[in-house]
Amino acid sequence: MALLQISEPGQSAAPHQHRLAIGIDLGTTNSLVATVRSGVADVLPDASGARSLASVVAFKADGTADVGEAATVESSAYLPIRSAKRLMGKGADDLEGHWLAEHHRFDRSGSVPAFETAAGPKTAVAVSAEILAALKARAEHTLGGDLVGAVITVPAYFDDAQRQATKDAAALAGLNVLRLLNEPTAAAVAYGLDQGEALGAGSVVAIYDLGGGTFDISLLRLNAGVFEVLATAGHTALGGDDIDHALVAWLLEKSGLRAFPDDAARAEAVAQARQIKERLSAATSVDVDFVVNGESVWQGEFAREAFDALVSPLAERTLGLCRRVLRDAGVERDEVASVVMVGGSTRVPLVREQVSRFFDQDVLTDINPDEVVAIGAAIQADALAGNRPEDDLLLLDVTPLSLGLETMGGLAEKVIPRNTTIPVARAQEFTTYKDGQTAMALHVVQGEREMVSDCRSLARFELAGFPARVAGALRIQVLFQVDADGLLTVSAIERESGTVASVDVKPSYGLSDGEIESMLRDSMDLAAEDMQARALAEQRVEASRVLEAITAALDSDGDEHLSADERAAIDASVIAVQGALASDDRDAINAAVQALEKGSEAFVERRMNASVRRLMAGRDLDELESRNN
Amino acid sequence: METEVTSQEKVSDSGIDLSADYFALFAIEPGFEVDLVHVSRQYRHLQGLLHPDRHTTASAAQRRWSMQASSFVNDAHDTLRKPLRRAVYLLSLAGISTDEETDTQMDPMFLMEQMELREAIESAPSANDPHAVLLDVRGQLSRAMSAEQVSFAEASAAHDWSAARDTVRRWQFLDKLGREISDLEAHLDGDAP
Repeated sequence: MALLQISEPGQSAAPHQHRLAIGIDLGTTNSLVATVRSGVADVLPDASGARSLASVVAFKADGTADVGEAATVESSAYLPIRSAKRLMGKGADDLEGHWLAEHHRFDRSGSVPAFETAAGPKTAVAVSAEILAALKARAEHTLGGDLVGAVITVPAYFDDAQRQATKDAAALAGLNVLRLLNEPTAAAVAYGLDQGEALGAGSVVAIYDLGGGTFDISLLRLNAGVFEVLATAGHTALGGDDIDHALVAWLLEKSGLRAFPDDAARAEAVAQARQIKERLSAATSVDVDFVVNGESVWQGEFAREAFDALVSPLAERTLGLCRRVLRDAGVERDEVASVVMVGGSTRVPLVREQVSRFFDQDVLTDINPDEVVAIGAAIQADALAGNRPEDDLLLLDVTPLSLGLETMGGLAEKVIPRNTTIPVARAQEFTTYKDGQTAMALHVVQGEREMVSDCRSLARFELAGFPARVAGALRIQVLFQVDADGLLTVSAIERESGTVASVDVKPSYGLSDGEIESMLRDSMDLAAEDMQARALAEQRVEASRVLEAITAALDSDGDEHLSADERAAIDASVIAVQGALASDDRDAINAAVQALEKGSEAFVERRMNASVRRLMAGRDLDELESRNN
Repeated sequence: METEVTSQEKVSDSGIDLSADYFALFAIEPGFEVDLVHVSRQYRHLQGLLHPDRHTTASAAQRRWSMQASSFVNDAHDTLRKPLRRAVYLLSLAGISTDEETDTQMDPMFLMEQMELREAIESAPSANDPHAVLLDVRGQLSRAMSAEQVSFAEASAAHDWSAARDTVRRWQFLDKLGREISDLEAHLDGDAP
């Protein structure tokens, strides 16, 4: 189909070549890796056949780490680290009153809190990087080759800091991130509800995703391959873990103990609570023998009703968010054609019953709720790597939280409202409030509340050096851009003097680039020479990719869009890159690639414009549409 | 920033003007009445062409272009499918701003009705069934907004931009009340956003 050709050049040079790409579900309690092989998406098990990897990490004194089940074997004075995802993108303040703070000792001296371990303090990013590295190694071993990249899933309701932290963890694990994908959207892709006869084109589906530590509810409209998220709502600290901890508190009360004697006893109690919860998914009542430090402290029956009473407040909160997402999407409850259940916590019978009653229909649980997200991510990774012959998959997602700036009086002025489709760029004009003001402090916030103090602070930066004028005379334009990963960049310009300031929003609670680099340097398996060799290899891959894309474009319609001089200039740059590739000089390769990319910018734009013009020049869209469907 | 500005300028030189007419981009006649089925179909076609996911293996320049173009299409789509945004956009095409605080004269009858609606919203939390009260107010609001929508369609078709702007200002008032109701409902659900 001619119209789609503009996306082909990067792929057409070697259409038969299958690029290895994976989808990773980085979960609070369990993580998975999946890939598409021979057109089928499936989870990759480890050597022993285990499909999921417990999100548990234990660092050893030598700096290495055990990940998964191996990490749960107590071998040091430090407890293995669980639920690190809950601290992604969080600051020390966020630890106050959190149950995690009772389970682990933290070093709070840095910009982000760090778990104390046998190998020294480790941030949630470093812990997550170990999990990602383990899954990457599993994939490379199973697939027998280098990966072009990974799609990593995040809760839809993750804020900018949490998304950035996830990307940082991937960088630390040496993974190229093709896309951060929202978990409920991934689940919708895995179910393939856009295909088949069951649902009509344009149907609305709800994805209810209750995991170990997070809750998301998303509404999507489906049209043959296009997944359009209408709205999403959720909570990043609401999940199965909370059920476990409510159960622990209940057991503690029953046993008459006031507190646990030590950390190990508490961890043991959590494990018992989790077991009781899982047994109650199938049984209506279980016998409990509650053991603390090897001693039985309470025996009794624990019935489903008592359990439901513990779960009920949590289920109620999720339904409140379901009402909100319907309101935000402008969709009535009876318009929802299908409800998909995702996440291990949707195995709890009360949760299923309540959701089913709320939407007045049976809920879908066909695909293992623990695996569905990883499978959806694998399908998206396969498409992004260019393995799908026809571009038939398109995910249009939204930003979950409003983005804005602090204005006078500590009020938050929204620039991009929540549930805006991404990528998005919005500009807003602000002005000075004092005569002679020559600088402006910009405070970027995320959240729905009117007061800045109730929102999440993302970044602060200053625009200075503009001319002194009376209050209100200057126009300062602030541009917010959110990319397809949901990450924000903010820039500001003062029109009269042209003063410009720009920030990649590095969240206040994030790690700085310097910190990430030093973590990379410190990492054990990346010795200095390895790093260099690897950087060179990556540079070569990138250079070849660019070469491939541009030569294919030149071959197809270079002469149509370029004058002879322009063509000669680009050809020369192509030869320069080929020459640089023959050397081992990374900087030279990089410089040649940059020059080629810069030199061909105009060509790229003309080609894209030509394609869009063709589309706009009165092609019969209805005919195209019917051919697509 | 600077490179982005230049690259946008280049784009406009070469055909697609990323600051111009959303109607042309979606291949429809400019006007308040739009075929929403066509808009959403054209939206999917354009994004199928321009979305960053379609250009992951392309050069950095093409990826940057794709993000800008895709953002532009998203904004155009959001504007065209939402009646109030569409109306404001049509006014802006006619050179009329709705942001200015000037000329704030409003029909006293209209303001009176607004005050009554606002009072009803504010007293809802203490009512026996707050949701029922809000549902009722929402019904009144949506009838009022439909009426403004009809007025706007007539005024804009007749190129009576002054009347069209007055309609939009009343409509924006009503829309703001609608958002206040949503926030209150969220609050009543125990999950203030």
